[in-house]
Order: sequence, then structure tokens, then C-alpha cells
Amino acid sequence: MSFGLSKIDFEIGPATREAFGEALAEAGSDERIVVVDGDVNNSTFTNAFMDRFPQRFFNTGIAESNMVGIASGLAAAGKIPVAASFSTFLMSNAFDQIRMSVAFPNLNVKLVGTHAGISIGEDGPSQMAIEDIALACALPGFTVVVPADGASTRAATFAMLEREGPTFLRCGRPKVPVIYRDEDPLQLGRANQLREGDDITIIASGIMVAMALDAAEALREEGVEARVLDMHTVKPIDVAAIETAANETRGIVVAEEHLAYGGLGATVAMVTAERRATRMAFVNVGDTYATSGKPDELLVQYGLTPQAIADAARRVLKD
Amino acid sequence: MPDTHQEDKEALARRARRIRSHIVSATTAAGSGHPSSSLSLVELATVLYFGGHLRYDPARPDDPDRDRFILSKGHAAPGLYAVLAEAGYFPTEQLKDLRKLGSPLEGHPNMCRLPGVEASTGSLGQGLSIGIGHALALRLDGLDARVYVLVGDGESEEGQIWEAAMYAGNHGLDNLTLIIDRNGYQQTDAVDRIQPLDPLDEKLHAFGFATRVIDGHSLDEVDEAFSWARSVGGQPQAIIARTIKGKGVALLEAKQGGWHGKPIPPDEETRALEEIGAGA
Ligand SMILES: Cc1ncc(C[n+]2csc(CCOP(=O)(O)OP(=O)(O)O)c2C)c(N)n1
Ligand SMILES: [Mg+2]
Repeated sequence: MSFGLSKIDFEIGPATREAFGEALAEAGSDERIVVVDGDVNNSTFTNAFMDRFPQRFFNTGIAESNMVGIASGLAAAGKIPVAASFSTFLMSNAFDQIRMSVAFPNLNVKLVGTHAGISIGEDGPSQMAIEDIALACALPGFTVVVPADGASTRAATFAMLEREGPTFLRCGRPKVPVIYRDEDPLQLGRANQLREGDDITIIASGIMVAMALDAAEALREEGVEARVLDMHTVKPIDVAAIETAANETRGIVVAEEHLAYGGLGATVAMVTAERRATRMAFVNVGDTYATSGKPDELLVQYGLTPQAIADAARRVLKD
Repeated sequence: MPDTHQEDKEALARRARRIRSHIVSATTAAGSGHPSSSLSLVELATVLYFGGHLRYDPARPDDPDRDRFILSKGHAAPGLYAVLAEAGYFPTEQLKDLRKLGSPLEGHPNMCRLPGVEASTGSLGQGLSIGIGHALALRLDGLDARVYVLVGDGESEEGQIWEAAMYAGNHGLDNLTLIIDRNGYQQTDAVDRIQPLDPLDEKLHAFGFATRVIDGHSLDEVDEAFSWARSVGGQPQAIIARTIKGKGVALLEAKQGGWHGKPIPPDEETRALEEIGAGA
């Protein structure tokens, strides 16, 4: 996959789902950690945990609502359950169980959804989670994390397991550009500023972060200095970083692999509306389901490219 | 009222071979997809569409009088598409566009884009409920068309299947036939090692279904089972079809548990097509 990148020659690293699976297996020596998976453990990479800790791994079958209910009980009994599936089957199929048995009682369940977004490609719209961030962000008490690459997913996985409270970690299918080194810090709730710039700010999550950096490089050639923030934690959002960006730059572009409603863009806009109104533009899937095709083709078709981000920045600066 | 399409046994066997070869070629060309999950339902779908059971007219896919076939296990889309193409809903040449950008033959069935697809599926567990909706509507409208829903055995772990089964049984929906593709495997392992379903026929019986267990690759047994289903009054019917995941291709049959959602590699395709013997 190229992700439409043309300015920066990124190294391609593991998929975020893969990095999650490996980190989970490493963290598994903590005996409180238990894993439930809905018959997709070879896709979510929880297989790595299963191989090392078979007694603490439960394939609960193709029954996501039941799986989340089981995770709820495990958490109430003092375990640290990680419930994994394709993000859409987890968040959409089991949403009432997530609401009623996890969010409302504020239990320490870690939900991990893989195969998020349209970059899964050929399997098509039924398998693509593009509403999942909105669903997760709607839940009181939830932390929502959308990491950009292998190293940050690894760090996010450890951070998620260490902190108390319900969390949704969103991972993708394809191998992705390397942005971080293993030792780079990641603090949930604190955006990472990856590039300085005072003309405009690009706030991105997941696979859009590498594209944002690429777009910033293209903008530099036109004399525009773009600040790039990796907003890996969509909730609780880093209000200070957004407010600073709104004050110090002339506008904000938000890029995410998700529908327009209820995701990172809407969350950032809520902050700017309250703290410091600024001109904004949004790069996302819009208000439509996608189709089947090669991942790169779909990213172009649905406007998730570095070019789309740079164009959005130009639009903002023109006003 | 649309007609059934009745072919003799030899023609049916030929159809089945052609459908198998479409499944293999289309998924290999796409480089992804679920050939093994599609191959297990070939005789079931072939006899339904071409053995004088399903009433349909490809020229009028929205005819209210038509019988409905709903593929609940949507990942077997290549099997459904092969059958629909053979039935005349679209040219078989279109099968090579499976999963390609712009093609209505998406990775999982999309009813908005392809005539003959009765339900958009791909998130497992939902087809039987949709089938109940059709069955109730047909009853309300006084139409005697029938509804067939094909469900995977792994898929039968979804609670919604049992919510639906309870409803269908309690409301005596005799215009509804549930077909379970009992190939014994799901994505990561054997069904028996994850969530054993047996005694599946007794469970469905307890939910109010008339049940039959058959060899899902025997044209005669499948034919007989559909005739039986139509003859049952007052209750929905369940045909539990024992099948083989990857049926017809030795490479897949040998690795039933380890070949979920993977196409046959291009260098194995010729051999697979020879085994199927579509030319014969
Ligand atoms: C709700 C939901 N959960 C998980 C999946 C992922 N998935 C796709 S196919 C499959 C296995 C299905 O097994 P089965 O129903 O036995 O069908 P088979 O392939 O054996 O015909 C799984 C887990 C899905 N599509 N939908
Ligand atoms: Mg099966």
C-alpha cells in the first residue's frame, strides 16, 4: 500500500493490529489479564496471547454480545479483560452490551477493534468500521484511542492495560508507515506534535497521520508551514493542544478514517467552538458507506489522501 | 407468478461443476475471498435454483410473488454470485470483476447494487430475522411465495439466530425454510472445539421447527429435502445439510480448518479447475 504518500519516504512497519497482538502477549505475564475473542483471533492477532497463555484466553465464538457480557463479568470479578474482534462486529453488534454492561457500570474492560476503516479494502463495507469512533466517544467514561503506527500502538496497548477504566483501542488491517521509534513516549490524552508550523494545523489520527506529515511537506514547498498533531486519543481529547493550535495558527484541518459525524473532527470542532473559534476543514469518509476495492484505490475514491489534506489546508488559508 | 427452473440430474451436476469453477476462478482472480465457504453450499444452491424449487425471474427481480433466497453467511458471496450469474441475473463474464473497484460484486452481498441479492449481509447472524420479515410480509399480502435462508454453522453461534428461530417457530411460519451449511468449521477452528452445536436438529425441533438432516452434497437428498420442506404445514422447516468446507478441491478439503477466507493461489488454480471438471 502507498497511502498516496509521495513526499516522504516512510518505512513500512507492522499493522497496528499486529503490534497490538504482540504487545498484548508481552503484557500477558500479568495474570489479571484475560482475553476474549469472537472467533477472529487469527485476524486480531490475539493468537499471540492465546499461544502463551491458553488458560486465560477464551474464544467465545461468533457471538459478540455474549463476548462483551462475559468481559463485563470478568472485569467485575477483578480481571482485566481484553475483548477483541473486527471493530464493526464489536462496537456495532455489541453496542447495547457495551453501553449497559461496561460503560454504565464503568467497568475496566478493554475493547479492541481491528479492521477499522475503509483501508481493509476488498472485503467491503459490511466489514468496515466507520461509525466505531462515534459510538465509542458517545459512551460516558470511555477512553478512545486510535494509534497511527506499530510503535505507538504498542505503547497505547501498555498504557491502556495499566490505566483503570473502560477503553476502546482502534486498530487497522494494513501494514502502515513507521512514524515512531519504540522508545518514543505516548501519553493517553496528550497529542503528539510531530511537526512545528505556525500557518495551519493538521490534526490527524490512525493512518491519516502519515498522510498529514506528507501533506505538510507538500505545503512547505508552497511556503506554508503546517503543524501536525497526532491526536491518538480522541477521548478525552487534548483540549490544550487544540486551543494552542487555534491561537497560534490560522486554521485547523482534521483528518480521520471515519464518517463525518461523531468522530475526531466533530470532537475537535466542539473544542474550538467553545475555546477559540477558527476556520476548519474536515477530511473523512463523509456521510456514505464505501465499497470493495484495493485499499489504496478506496482511499483515493473516498478522499483520504495527502492531496486531500493539503487541498483542505489551502481552502482554509484562502478564506 | 415467476416460474421454477427444472433441470435433470445430469444438467444439475454440470451446473454445480460450473458454479464451483466460477467460485475458484473469481476468488483467485480477486486475490481474496472465501472459496471454501462458497464451495460447501454449491449443491444446496444449485438444486434450489435449478432443481425446480425456487420460483424466480431474473427479468423481474422485484416481483412480489418471487421466492426469496437469503444468504445469511455473506462471506460466501462468490457462491451466490456464481449462482445468480448462471441463473441469468447478469453475465457470467462479470464474475471476474469480483471485489474490484466499481463492481457491484462486492466482497459481501450488497442488495442495493446487484439484482437477485435479497439482503445485504456480511455481519453474521442477521439473515434469518430478515427472512422472517419477508415471510410475515408475504403472509400479510396473501402471497404464497416462500423464503429460504442459508446460515453457517459457526454463524449459528450468534444469539440473533436463536431469537429468530424462537420467533419463527412460535409463529408457525411454514413459508420459511432455514438451511444450515453444517461444514463443521468456522474461521479459526472446528465448530465442535469452539461451541459444539449438537444436537442441532433437536434444538431446532424444540424451537418449533420441522427438521431434516441430509448430505448437503447429494443432489437427490437436497432435492428431496426441498420438496419435503414445501410439504410441511404449520411450522418452519430446518434442513441441516452436512457439507464439506472446500468441497470439490482437494487442496481445500485437506485443510478445511485452515483455509478460511483464502483464495486458491494462481499456480494451483488449473489443478483445482481440473478436479472440478467444469468442462465435462
Ligand atoms: C458478526 C460477525 N462476526 C465475525 C465475523 C467474521 N467471520 C467471517 S466468516 C466467519 C466464520 C463463519 O463460519 P461459518 O458460519 O461456519 O461459515 P463457513 O465459512 O464455515 O461456511 C467469521 C468469524 C463476521 N463476518 N460477522
Ligand atoms: Mg462452517
